[in-house]
Order: sequence, then structure tokens, then C-alpha cells
Amino acid sequence: MIAYARQFQQMAARYTADLRHRGLIQRALKGYETKRDEYKGRFQNWSQARQAASEIKWEAINRLDRYLTEFITKLEARGTHAFVAGNAAQARDYITGVAKKNNVRSIIKSKSMTAEEIELNEALEHAGCTVFESDLGEYIVQLRREKPYHLVFPAMHLTRGEISQLFRDELGSTPTDNPEELTMIARRVMRKNYCSADMGISGANFAVAETGMISITENEGNARLSTSLPKIHVALVGIEKIVPRLEDLALFLPMLAIAGAGQPLTCYNTLYGGPRQPGECDGPEQFHVVLLDNRRTELLADAEQRDALHCIRCGACLNVCPIFRNVGGHTYGTTYQGPIGSVITPHLRGLQNWKHLPSASSLCGACTEACPVGIDLHHHLLQNRRNAAQDKPSLPEKILYAGYVFVMRRPALYRLSAKLTRIFFPLHGMIKKTPLDPLRAWTRTRDFPAPAEQSFHAYWKKRIPERKTPHAAN
Amino acid sequence: MKVSLFIPCFVDQFYPQVGVSMVKVLERLGCEIDYPPGQTCCGQPPFNSGYWNEARAVARHSLQTFAPSEAVVSASGSCGTMMKIFYPELFHGTEQEDEARQLASKTHEFSEFLVNVLGVRDVGARFPGTATFHDGCHGLRELGIKQEPRELLRHVEGLKLIEMTEAETCCGFGGTFSVKFPTISTAMGEVKCASIAKTEAEYVISNDSSCLMQIQGLLSRQGQKTRCFHLAEILAQT
Repeated sequence: MIAYARQFQQMAARYTADLRHRGLIQRALKGYETKRDEYKGRFQNWSQARQAASEIKWEAINRLDRYLTEFITKLEARGTHAFVAGNAAQARDYITGVAKKNNVRSIIKSKSMTAEEIELNEALEHAGCTVFESDLGEYIVQLRREKPYHLVFPAMHLTRGEISQLFRDELGSTPTDNPEELTMIARRVMRKNYCSADMGISGANFAVAETGMISITENEGNARLSTSLPKIHVALVGIEKIVPRLEDLALFLPMLAIAGAGQPLTCYNTLYGGPRQPGECDGPEQFHVVLLDNRRTELLADAEQRDALHCIRCGACLNVCPIFRNVGGHTYGTTYQGPIGSVITPHLRGLQNWKHLPSASSLCGACTEACPVGIDLHHHLLQNRRNAAQDKPSLPEKILYAGYVFVMRRPALYRLSAKLTRIFFPLHGMIKKTPLDPLRAWTRTRDFPAPAEQSFHAYWKKRIPERKTPHAAN
Repeated sequence: MKVSLFIPCFVDQFYPQVGVSMVKVLERLGCEIDYPPGQTCCGQPPFNSGYWNEARAVARHSLQTFAPSEAVVSASGSCGTMMKIFYPELFHGTEQEDEARQLASKTHEFSEFLVNVLGVRDVGARFPGTATFHDGCHGLRELGIKQEPRELLRHVEGLKLIEMTEAETCCGFGGTFSVKFPTISTAMGEVKCASIAKTEAEYVISNDSSCLMQIQGLLSRQGQKTRCFHLAEILAQT
């Protein structure tokens, strides 16, 4: 088994056995669905809004070349440096290059999963910079030297007590259970960092082609400070974040907040259109926008799954996913967790190494139902499975299914094998739950039913022996 | 109306009483029943595992088996979904695409057939007790079946239906998923069983025996007395 797959199984076993952790996640998401549904109700018609959102993203993604060009032209017109990075290394090199050129030592960063994707912090630290995360959740996981647990709620797996303990250990603060006090502890540290930072780094929730602006959605005000106080602002943006028009945000901003966090709108929604212009009294002197491809264009080339690029990273699919809710975010071992992560990670990081993620789904479809932009997530999981098996079939499965096909195409043989199973099944009791038990994966935790004494087929045959069916006898 | 029963392989072997109950209910409603004897498996295991060529080979057999049928009624929402939703996808661009679409259009899940095709809500059943209904994911989200089984159960004399909070949450079965990722599958089943226990219902009813295999398997292992029944088994009681 591939190392990533083995690690996933081990982590899944560990987290599912941890009932406290599972309870924590269930509790953290408890109010979410109620609030989400309440605010969905504010739309005249949520399903039409989803349809509209899907169409707008379809337009953006299917004419990505045109909209990206428009976006870059508009950006540059106001003095922004735009850079298109083909891969993670190019993006890292560009950003560390900007840092070096400007003698940057201290960096303040607002939340960006794209930065996680390219492991930007590690590269900047390697280049001699200190990076402070300014989003509270990100700051907490940074102090814990952990990856974000959830693409929207990075520290959702921690209790107030654990955060208090962490702050005491790392910052020497007085223990407290009060969320406001905990926030104030972080804020005191953060305020100093904003003022001393030479560079601010952000992501973007949307990139508006029409106006050449990026849109950032947040609740803490940290992104505004991170991007406006330092002299340099670098925004790292996945190329799929494009929306054609400014007015599209009227739909996407509330949709993102409702689907992602069960909030009518996030507290701060800001548009950034360039560095400080002549005559303006504040804002960064330099504004760099790094547009990241990093295999997104390969996904774009896949007509079947292209709509996965419609994702607005709201995290709704994680919140409703029964797999995520039981194994938690760290089990995935990816930047993007949950259903969307299981769809795109095989594209972004290699199908064969990550094919276990699309397999680790019961295909219940709760994700597809929740997705505000209507990505057909669970069917994409099926397509990933198909592509993985086509590229590199597993020999045991190939043999198993060859036998299965041979039997299932021959009704008499199917009935004979069922009969043999019925005869030998009583022996199963002798090996049940032992390593010899072929059903062990099931019987370790669940009872397995015994085959019925008489199959339905046998019942039907006995019931009307003289019956002539319109079908050929088998 | 002439109805061809589709009794998926695991129902045939493990839960034949579900098929027997369907026969009783449908005959009571005046249907003429046919059971194409060549039927085996719908092909879902290889399909879900990504082995679509193998799935197609078995699905082709089903296309032939049910070709002469007027209407096909499936004992399982999941296997019904395979025929109704996934066969057209599986045969897309092949010679059998039309056949697959024809089969899809005449295939029905049991409760949906009773309510939407036959227009029946009260099948004249009587079953005293309290029960909670589990929505199988394929039936619920692929076929859009939510109210039909509840409508039918509401008309069962003596039966009190109590909704559980996690009715729409997956039980964790997911076919081969249940044995490829047994720890996750079991954890999901535990969430389901806890929600069932909260209702204090005596019975769990569903329109999918595969979910019930998972739920009953866990409930029995936990030593719970709650028993699982397929919708047809309840509707057959008089």
C-alpha cells in the first residue's frame, strides 16, 4: 500500500477510536446546519441562487484565459505587479524574491489555504523571514506547529482549555476559559506584529476580472491590517478564483458566508485594487498578485471534472460529510480536506498516490447536496476511482472482479455458488473474527447475517412451479 | 399492471422475505407479478470500485434480463439507482446506450412505485409498534425519495413513526467501502445507531436492505433489541 494510504488508514483508525474527538467535531458543527438553513431562507430561492452561482463560475472557468488576461491588465493599470506561477516552486521563488529584494525580515500573514498548498511559510522561514499568522485559528495551529484542521476553521478541533494551555505554554499568559480573553491575549501579540511587519501576505476569496480587484472575506479584521499596514502586500491567488464581474460578488459573498459558516455575511468584506495611488495617504507601497496554476490547468483540461474548479472553498462539503465528521481534518494529510479535497487532491498531487481518498467515501452525496455552486462532488469521486483503476488496476481486485463477472453473467453458476455458500456458511462460526475469516473487516465490529435457508429465487420457483415466464429459462 | 421484480443478489440470498413481502403487497394491489429468473447482480460492486468494464459486462446481462419487462420494481434503492442513474452513464457512448436508457426509465424503487405510479398510500397494512425511518442515501439523494415511504408508513394501522435527527445521515455501509474502510464505516454506523437509540423506537425501517445489514449488524453487536425491517415487510403485515 502507498505510504499516504497507509497513513490515512492509521489516522482514521486513531481518530474514529477517539470518542472525545468525534464528540468535539459533532459539537463544533452542531449549530451550523440550523443557522445555514435559516440564512438560506433569506434568499428568495436558494436552489436558483446555486444554479446562478454555478453558471457564473462555469462562465469564468470556461473562459479562464480571457478573464485572467482582463484581470491582469486591470491590475497592472493601477501599478500592481502580477505574476503567473506555473507551479508551487515558481510562486515560492517569486514571493521569497520580493522579500529578499526589499530586505523583509518580518511578515504578517492572513489566512490562505493556497499558501498552505505551496508551503509558503516554510520557504519564507528558510529565506530568513519570520512569518506570523494573524487569523486567530491559523495563529493557534501555527503555535502548535500543526496544519490547519479544516480549510475554513483551522482550529476547530481544539477546546478553549487546550487553547488556554497553549497560550500559557507559548506566550506565558494567565489561563482562562473565556473566549474574549483568549482573543485579547492573541490580539496583544498580533498588534505588535502588524506594526513591525515589513510585508503582508494574503490569499483571496475572489478575483474580479472586470475591475482587477481581489476580494477578501474575513471575520476578524486581521486581513485588512495585514494587507494595509506593511509597505508590501503580496496576495497569492489560485487562478480558479476568478469571477467575471463586480456584481457577481453580490451573490457570492453572502453565499460563501452562509454555506461556509452559517453566517448571513462575514464581518469584513474588502476589495483590494492596487498599491497606494498618488495622493492617497495610506495603503501598501507595493502590491503583488501571484496567480497560481499548480496543476489547476490539468483539471481544467478534464472536461468531466472541470467543475471542481468552481469551488469557492466555503467548506460546506466538509461540514456535512459523515466521513470528515468522524475522521477529522488531519487524517486526510492534504491541504484541502473533505470531499472537495478527495476530488481535487488526486489531480493536484497525483492520482495513484491519492486514490485512497476518493475510495474513502460511502458516496452518500451529502457533499453534492450542500455545495453552493453545485459541484457534482460524489460523482467525481466515482470518476476518480474509475480513472485510478483504469490507469493502474490492482491485481487482487482485477482477479476478484473477473471471477465475479464470470459468475454473475451465468445465473445457474450464481445460484450454485450461493448454494455452496449456504452449505459452508455454518463453518464460518469456527473462524469468525480470527485472521482466517474472510469477512473479518466486517465481523470485527458488526454481526453478519447468515444466508437465508431458501433464496427468493427458490421461493418463487416453488410458489408457481407451473408458471411460464415470458423470459427464457436460465 | 404487470410488474417485474428486481431482487438484487444480496436480498435474494440474505433477505428473501423482502421479496416475498413485495409480492404480497403488489398482489394485494392487483399487480401481475413476474420475476425474470436470470437476474443476478446489478454490477454495483465493480462500478463503485472503479472497474467499469467489469461492471458493464454484468450490467449488460441485466439489460438483457429485463429487456422484455414493462416496469421493473427494485427491492433496494441503491441497486435501483444503479439501473436508473448509473447504467445510462456506464453505457454512455456505447451500442447499449438506448437499452440502458429504456431500462432506466421503466425502473422504480418500491415505495416510489407504490405512491407515484400506482397512486396508493394506504396498502391496508397493520403493524403495532414504534418505528423510525432511515433514508438510504441512494434513494434519498439520487432518486429524490423522501416522502413516499413515510406516506406509506403513516397509513399503517397501529404504527407510530418517530423521526430521528440523523435520518438523512449515511449509515456508513457504502458497499465495498464498509470493508475497505471498516473503522470509518463503523464510526458512521455508530452515529446512526445512537440517533436511532434516542428515538426509543422498537423498529428501524428503511427501503434499502444494504443499509439495514449495516445497522442491524451494529445494533446486534451492541446488544440492542431494536430490530430492522425493510419497508415491504411492514407493508405486507395485515
